[in-house]
Formats: sequence, structure tokens, C-alpha cells
Amino acid sequence: MPLFQSRINPSSPEFRANRAAMLELVEQMRSLQQRAVDASHRRADRFAERGQLTPRQRVARLLDPGAPFLELRTHAGYLVDTDDPERSVPGASQITGIGMVAGTRCMVVANDSGINAGALTRSGGAKVLRAQEIALENRLPLVMLVESAGANLLEYRVEQWAEGGRFFANMARLSAAGVPVITVLHGSSTAGGAYMPGMSDVVIGVKGRGQAFLAGPPLLKAATGEIAEADDLGGIDMHATVSGLIEHVAEDDADGLRIAREVVGAMRFGTARMPATDVPDGDPPVLDPDEIAGVVPVDYRTAYDVREVIARIVDGSRILDFKPRYGPGTVCVEAAVFGRPVGIVANNGPIDNDGAQKATQFVQRCGQLGTPLVFLQNITGYMVGTASERGGMIKNGSKMIQAVTTVDVPRFTFFIGASFGAGNYGMCGQGYDPRFSFTWPNARSGVMGAEQAATTMRIVAEQRAEKKGEPLDEAMLDAFAGQIVNQYAAQEAALVTSGLGLDDGLIDPRDTRRVLGIVLATAQEGDATDVRPVSFGVARP
Amino acid sequence: MTHPENPSTFDTVLVANRGEIAVRVIRSARAHGYRTVAVYSDADAGAPHVALADDAVRLGPAPAADSYLDIDAVIAAARTSGAQAIHPGYGFLAENARFARAVADAGLVFIGPTPDAIDLMGDKAAAKRRMADAGVPLLPGYQGTDQSDETLLAEADRIGLPLMVKAAAGGGGKGMRLVTDARDLPDALAAARREATSAFGDDTLILERALLHPRHVEIQVLADTHGNVVALGERDCSVQRRHQKVVEEAPSPAIDAVTRAAMQQAAVTAAADIGYVGAGTVEFLLDVERRDGDHQAFAFLEMNTRLQVEHPVTELVTGIDLVEWQLRVARGEALAFGQDDITLDGHAIEVRLYAEDPSNGYLPQTGTVEAWQPPTGAGIRVDAGIAAGQQVTAHYDPMLAKVIAHGRDRDEARRRLADALDRLVCLGVTTNRTFLARVLRHPVFAEGGATTSFLTDHDVTGVDLDPRDVAAVAGWRQLAATADAERRSPGLAGWTNATWLVDSRPLRVGTDDRVVSLQATVDGIVVTVDDQRVLVTGTPDALRVDGRPVHLTVHRPGGDRLLVHLPHVDLDVSDPTGLPPGADDAAGAGVLVAPMHGAVTAVAATVGQQVEAGSQVVVMEAMKMEHVIRADVAGTLVEVVDVGDQVGVGAVVARIDPVDADG
Repeated sequence: MPLFQSRINPSSPEFRANRAAMLELVEQMRSLQQRAVDASHRRADRFAERGQLTPRQRVARLLDPGAPFLELRTHAGYLVDTDDPERSVPGASQITGIGMVAGTRCMVVANDSGINAGALTRSGGAKVLRAQEIALENRLPLVMLVESAGANLLEYRVEQWAEGGRFFANMARLSAAGVPVITVLHGSSTAGGAYMPGMSDVVIGVKGRGQAFLAGPPLLKAATGEIAEADDLGGIDMHATVSGLIEHVAEDDADGLRIAREVVGAMRFGTARMPATDVPDGDPPVLDPDEIAGVVPVDYRTAYDVREVIARIVDGSRILDFKPRYGPGTVCVEAAVFGRPVGIVANNGPIDNDGAQKATQFVQRCGQLGTPLVFLQNITGYMVGTASERGGMIKNGSKMIQAVTTVDVPRFTFFIGASFGAGNYGMCGQGYDPRFSFTWPNARSGVMGAEQAATTMRIVAEQRAEKKGEPLDEAMLDAFAGQIVNQYAAQEAALVTSGLGLDDGLIDPRDTRRVLGIVLATAQEGDATDVRPVSFGVARP
Repeated sequence: MTHPENPSTFDTVLVANRGEIAVRVIRSARAHGYRTVAVYSDADAGAPHVALADDAVRLGPAPAADSYLDIDAVIAAARTSGAQAIHPGYGFLAENARFARAVADAGLVFIGPTPDAIDLMGDKAAAKRRMADAGVPLLPGYQGTDQSDETLLAEADRIGLPLMVKAAAGGGGKGMRLVTDARDLPDALAAARREATSAFGDDTLILERALLHPRHVEIQVLADTHGNVVALGERDCSVQRRHQKVVEEAPSPAIDAVTRAAMQQAAVTAAADIGYVGAGTVEFLLDVERRDGDHQAFAFLEMNTRLQVEHPVTELVTGIDLVEWQLRVARGEALAFGQDDITLDGHAIEVRLYAEDPSNGYLPQTGTVEAWQPPTGAGIRVDAGIAAGQQVTAHYDPMLAKVIAHGRDRDEARRRLADALDRLVCLGVTTNRTFLARVLRHPVFAEGGATTSFLTDHDVTGVDLDPRDVAAVAGWRQLAATADAERRSPGLAGWTNATWLVDSRPLRVGTDDRVVSLQATVDGIVVTVDDQRVLVTGTPDALRVDGRPVHLTVHRPGGDRLLVHLPHVDLDVSDPTGLPPGADDAAGAGVLVAPMHGAVTAVAATVGQQVEAGSQVVVMEAMKMEHVIRADVAGTLVEVVDVGDQVGVGAVVARIDPVDADG
């Protein structure tokens, strides 16, 4: 594969300006991430007093030292818990990520009980559900580190309760699909939460701290008038010796995690069964991935060659350009990432008829070869205009969407700039269920740009006024346009879309190669994992 | 001499020993064309001396009494293998006149002195009487046959304090007691008798004026069957612990030329007086604070009728292979050099590498040598009888090897030896390696001022664990784990977007748990131990801490355990988080366990008896050490071992039902 010839000059003023602007966004992203860490850490002394590990210590202790860990949805819930950007705590009081446990790639879910005692919020619920989906789709054993006060009764929402059932349904699906679910009960798991251990394949209970009951003492008293001690009702000893809910009793948090590692290691599941010698490897890019920050203008309206980004992601900076002179605004290249072949679809402008047809062909060819697809979205939309419409843009765009939707290879989407209109769809947006999707902090998304939306509304209003013969209230139109700009712009930002859970997390653009490497391995090793879906006869109690 | 008519017929030599000395004798014998035969006990079937010899014969089970001390078995081995000569090494049967006679009676050559000479010098009291008659200077003392307490106490009064009580049949510090207060004398006599009985089967004691800061200086002699005796200079063995030599050197830094000549003359006189043949050592105490006429004052201590452990320092400064000359003398050859031909070249220092824990009363250690890498380099000689994978048992002396350095002067030898110790890798069993290096680097030793009280005056037994060393090991573990993870996740190991991911866990170093925090950063691994923060970079093979190289050799014997060699410390590191809580405290309150392999020599309480916390319950002996096991709690003794039992390290020797604190 030919080495990509870069035209970037890292000492140019443009490069430096781009880099400064991008790093500022990265810094903002990091400091928000740290806000959740700090918020949780405020309770660290209490954890220590109780002989507990903090949720982040638990995760660190669970994971294999030295193995990569990809935290997901780091900014979920940002501006959802409160619309005050200074006070909102991202992360949705859940920690989810993909890491290695005793040599087995796992999905790890930990309740961040340092924040509101791990109470489940709507964003948190969505984050955990997404983690379960990823576990199911990629055959990742799910390890849950549970310590949650459950749902906050004061913030009760009927739809949250109703949707919450999906948790347990997913656990049943995982187990039935042959993907084990392991739970460490570090703290209480009450009411609906009691089904977390109930639905797990293996439960490890931490003595003195772990608890599980359908109704805790207060609710029990309210429901039946019975007065019971928490330990008798759902303590670890009771569950280990009487109810049989628990497989392993741990002395403390650390012991619970040790047992969890033993349990996972003993499964010899997934990656643990695959020889490490079979893992492909690839040369690092010749062009430094760190330069991505300076290659990309943070304003998507400034054009640049997306190949400069691709060459800083792929092995050896080597790319095989597919039909570069046909529909050149749509970039299709073959390359490899950590030794794994990928087909990359990216944008150097709107998708026109040629571009859509080229992309369709490229996607189908990847499907034919089984090559995973990577979409680097920087798309303002499909080309509009008479020539475009007459050329069959709707038809060609549809074919592209069909191909992208139905191709039977893992698809990964990175929102690296603009993601507007149907361009989002054709480039495998959220609705197309990519295996994983990640967002750069400069990305902006929406049905259309805020200014375009305002202008569109203004033109429609002007036409209507003209038709009705009414005078035009310019002041009212200005105000209306301003309102639209605000409404669209407020929802465009990466922090907002990521806060809403429209991706699997914000990432530093310079980490794109690594993140892609991890999810590619996760997807391909998941697909290669032999699972034994279960369908048993009926066992009598 | 009991040599056969025509001794030159022997061409096969059996070495009736084990460990480094067997290896060393085999080397010289082979160099001179002899076929060599090793003997071994079941514990040594895979030992290096067995592998090295041309032939090897099993003697018996592990205990020395059933193998290396079994005279009949050794002689039978010589017959089986066709050996015509037996080299006894040192220890075991080397100074056993009965053995020397049995060898001769079997028509074989005993490579050593006559049985009579062994007998004479083996009885310390008789030896002193004989030497006094020969005009060899002596310390005031009592070597009489009347062994009643009454007589001994009266003699002690005559000799004056301080006083040394010794087993007449003794050696190697066994049955020795220093008495500085007259009230301690009865107890010292009892203890010395007990040790003497157990070690030598003879409780005869001698008394001797003790010099509190003497130097131990000994003269190597070599005598042939033609009446020639030469002295090969002196060795200074002043650095001792519990009368066990630790560092030996030649020449002595404390002796002047006139004294050397006088001491050599005294040694030659002693050897000649008893018709000594072969290599032997005459030991003296040198009183550096006093002069006797034109030379420094010295007194005859004893004569060792064998090759000494520390003989290599003499070999390095004289250029004479003592084992070669033992063989030549045994063949009836005359010495090829006279006293005037002997010149001393430079300086040599030897240290003894022991499997022992200096910071824990020099307690002998057992276990498996997991890694063994002797140092090499200019002027360095290592006499070793161990190999990686070998068990160090409680059956034999815990000496693993000798490291010897030769230099153009004392300080060069000292520097070379200390450096060699820094580089010597011996992991798996606790050794005195770094202790030896600390002795060599101590200013008092460096100046040549160490007397036999050096180790009691200067505590160099232990050093506090440096948090930076713990950090280096933790960093190494992380780098190694990252390298392992690299196989599964090439190019991605060590990376995370979870910037908060800090691995904080206890690391067990020896028996100490240290909390270590590790965080991967773009600059390297930030390691925090005891509030000390360091940056670890590089690779497991080329580690840097805060930019400076750390020379760390790690051996992974299995599981999570790491055996770590750093120049100045050996660490046994494991991750306790991989074990269930309480897995390592099998012995709780009231459960007393043996700290080492050994034999039970005394039991102070019987089952059902009340014991106080801290009271003596069991006395064990392992090698040359008595170890008292005390009650860790007050209560009723419910189980206890019997006198004579052999117990393994960690074995329960007693159980106490603790008294209920509430009454």
C-alpha cells in the first residue's frame, strides 16, 4: 500500500492555530471528566473508614495491570442532571468500559457510589443499557460492580421505571446467548436492583456491606408492617447459606474483586481462549497521530483533506485510495489498523451523486470481503440543487443508506466534524447502530446548521407573508431567527450530544487510532468467540 | 604415616564431602589428571558436585549421620568406584581420626594428616598442654581432666574474667560461651555442656582467658612426609559472628612483619612438634593492644588438621594450589619450595555466602535457590556448590558459596569483592549477601580495624527498606505486565482514556505490606510508595527511576512471586491481593510454629500446663543455632512436640488454648 504524502507543515501558523484550538477543547473535555472523579472522590474517606474501596479503585483492582482500558460514555448525563454547565457532573454516576480481566476482554460496569450513593438516573440507566448492548453484540462477559441506592424516589419518573425493566431483560438475554454475567455486590441492591444479582450467572457478595432484597426494611414496613433487620432480610450470610442467591462470599471489596478475577479467569472465555500469537499487529503510522490536533480545523466550515487524518490513524500511514478521481468529495480508502484491514469512508465535502455511488460500491465491496467499515463523519449533507436532484441524488443517497445499513461487517463511526442532515444517515449515524461510535470534542451535529435553519424559517415566513399579502414584521422575524439559532446551536455541540448519550463517548482526536484499535479487536474477537446459547429442559426446584 | 607401600599408584580420588569444597577439590584433582568420585546423600542427588565428578556413589538418606558421616558407607563407596584415595574436605569426617584410621585400614590413602595428629589436635585441652611444652605461646586457661563444677569454678576464678568456656572437642563455635560476669558461669557451663554433648558426644570443657577485642589470625602450614614444613603466611579471620567466620583475608591488615615471622615460626614449630603432614592451620589470637618483646602479643588457639574453608585467600596471595599440594604430599612427594621461596602477592579477601538471615539472629534459611549467577571479573574467584533449582535443606551447613577477590592491595581486593557481591545473584533463599557487602564497606573494616567484636560493636545486619526500591519493583511489575499485555493488545498496552485509573494495592515485600500506587502517564509510570513519588520509565530490562538506571534482576519462580536482585538488597515480592485474606496467617494466637527446619532439643512445658506469654516453650536447634520459641499468648498448653523431633519450617510445634481475657 502506498505511503500517504502529507502536505501538512506542522510549523505553519494554521497548524498551530488548529492545534491550540483543538487542545483547548480536549482540555475542557478532560477537566469535565475530572469533575466526576473529584465529585466521587469527595466520599473517599467514608469508603476507607468502612474498609471499602472506592468505585474507581474497584475498577482498577478488577482490571489486568498493563492492559488497555477504554472507558465509555465518559460525558453521559452532562447538562442532563442540570443545565448549569458549571455544576453538571458528567458520567451519570456510572463507570462503564471495556478492559481485560484475568486475560478475558470484558465489559465492566461499576456504580459510582461516590456520587449520590450510586443512585440510578435516566442517563445512568441509558449508559448501563448501552454497556449491556455492547456486551451482547461483542460477546463480552459483563462484570458488574454493584453498589447502588437504586432509583431516587424524589426524582421518580414512571417511564424510567417502565424502561428500567430492560436492564434485567438484557441480563437474561446475555446469559441465554452464552455470555456470562458476573456481579460483585459491594453494597446494597434494593427493590428492582435486587434482580441484578438475581439475573447474574455468578454473584459474589461482600460480607457486611452487600445486601439484596426486594423490599428493604422501610418499604417492607410500609408494605406489610413487618419489621425486619436488614441482615436477616438480605444480608450476604443469609443469601449465601439460606436463599442461595450468592455463589461466593468475599471478606471485603478487595477480596470480592479477587474472587471475580478468579471466576472470570476460570471461565476461559473469549479472548482467554484465543492464542495471543494470533493477534495481528501493525506498524505505527509514519505520520504522528499527535498531529491530528493541528491537521483539523475546529470549525467544520474550513475545508481540509481528511486523508491527512486517515494517514495519522492507519498502519504505516499507508492507504489505498478507492476511485479518488470519481466523486472526489467522498473519500473511500483501504488501510489497516493494528494489522486489521479496514475500509474507511470519509468526507472532503458534501456527498454528491458520484460520491454516493462510489460509497455504495465501496461499502458493498467491504461487505463482500468481510472488511470492517470505519466512517469518519465530517458531512454537511447530500448535495442539493437542480443538477443534483436530476442526477438522482435521492435515489443514489438511498442506495448508499441501504448499503450502509445492511452490510454485514462491523461498522464504527467517528464524529470528527460536521454531522448534518441525511449526511449523518448515509455515514452510519446513531440510527444505523454502528458497533461503536465516538465523538471528537469539536464535532457538531444536527438536522441542519443553525444559521441555515434560521434562514430557512425566515424564507418560509417571508413567502407566507407575501402570499397572504401581510406586512412583514422584521423585528419579530429577527427574534424568531435568533431563537432558532440558539435552539439549534445549543444542541449541536459534542458535549451536548455526548451528554445525551448519542455516542459511546467523547475522545481526544489524537487517541482515535487507539480507540479504533480496541473496538476493532473487541468486535472481531467477539465475532470469533464461540458462545453456547442455552436452551435447557425445565428443571424442577 | 599410614600410606601404602607405593602411594603413587593412586589415580582415582573420592571426595568425601559435598557443596563448594567437593566441587573445589574435584576441580584441582581433575586438573592434575585424577579421576574423581563424588558421594552424595539423597538430598544431594542433583547437586553440582555430583554432576561434576566422573563417578558418584550414593551414601544414604539426607541426614549427615546416615550419609556423609557414615564411615563404612564412604569406604564402601571408594571400593565400589575404584578410588584409592579419599579427600575428606572440611567438616564431616575431615577431623575424625577414626575415619582416617579406617581409610588406612582399608588400604586406601587418606589425603590429610595422620590419625594421631588429628587426635592430638582434636582434644583442645591436650593440644594446649602439648603446645605449651613445645614453647608455643598460650593464653592463661584450664585444660584439665577434672570436669567438676567445683574445679571449673575455681579455675575460672584463677584465670579471671572475661572468660571463654569451650567444648574440648569443639570447633565452629559450638559449645562456646563468653562469660563476663561470674554469676553467669554456672549457666554457661550447663549450656556449653549441652551443646558439646549434642554436637560432639563429649561434654569435656576447657576454660580460657577471653580477649574482648582480639584479632583472629591463623597461619597456613604445609608439611610433607620428608620432614619439611613451611608457613604460607597468615589469614585474618577477625570478622566473626558467634565465633563463626564471616570475612577472611590474607595478609592480615593488623600484623607487622616481625610478628608475622614470629607467628609463622610458632606455627611451624607446632606442626613439626606433632609430625604434621599435609595442609593445616594454626590459629592464634592476636592482641593488638599489647606487645610481647619485639612483636605483637599472640597466643595459640587451636590447630585445624584439615583444609580450611578460607584457604583460597592463601592460594591467591601465594599462588600455591593447596589441594594440589595435598595430593602431592599424599603421594609422598617432597615440597618443591622452602620457606624463603614463599612470597605474598597483593591481598585477598574472602566472604562466606550463607543461607541465613542476618537481621533475624542469623537464622539459617532453607528453600530453593531459584536463581544463581555468580559474578566474574578481574581478581574474582567464586567457589560454589550450588545451582539454580537446588534445595537448601536444614541437613547441612547453610554455606552456599565463597566469594574471593584478589587485588594489588587490600583496598582493591575489598572494592572488587564488594562490587562482586553487588553483582552476585542468589535468589529464592535469604542470604547474607548484602550484609557481607555492608561489612566490606564499613569504614572500620575498610581501615583494617575490625576485631572479632566488630559485628557486636557495629550493627550492619539489616537496613530499612527503601521506598524507592519498592517503587522500582512496582514499576518493573507494571512494565512487565504491560509487556505481557502487549502480546494480547499490541501497541495498546498501558493505554487508557480513563485518566483516573490508578492501581493502588499492597505489595508484599518479604513479610511487609507496602501500599503502592501506579498511574500510567504520557511521561511514564508514576509510582507512589509511602508518599514518595517516582517516575519509572524504560523497559523491564532497562529500568529507570527518575531518569537514573536501576540494575534490577528479576526472577519469576511462579505465580505472582518476584525474586528481585538489586545491588544493595534482595527482595521477595508478591501481590497479596491475589490471595484470600488470612491465607498467610495460619499461625494465630496460641499457634507456635518452627521458624526453621531443625531438631527439638528441649521442651519447657508439658501438655495441660499453664504458660505465660513470652515464656519459653520449645527450644530448637538447627545447624549451629539454638532457637527459643516462646508462647505468644498466656494459656494452657494443649499440644507440643517432643524432644528429638525433626520439624520443618512453619510446622506447628505447640498449641496454646489462650486464657479468656475476661477471666
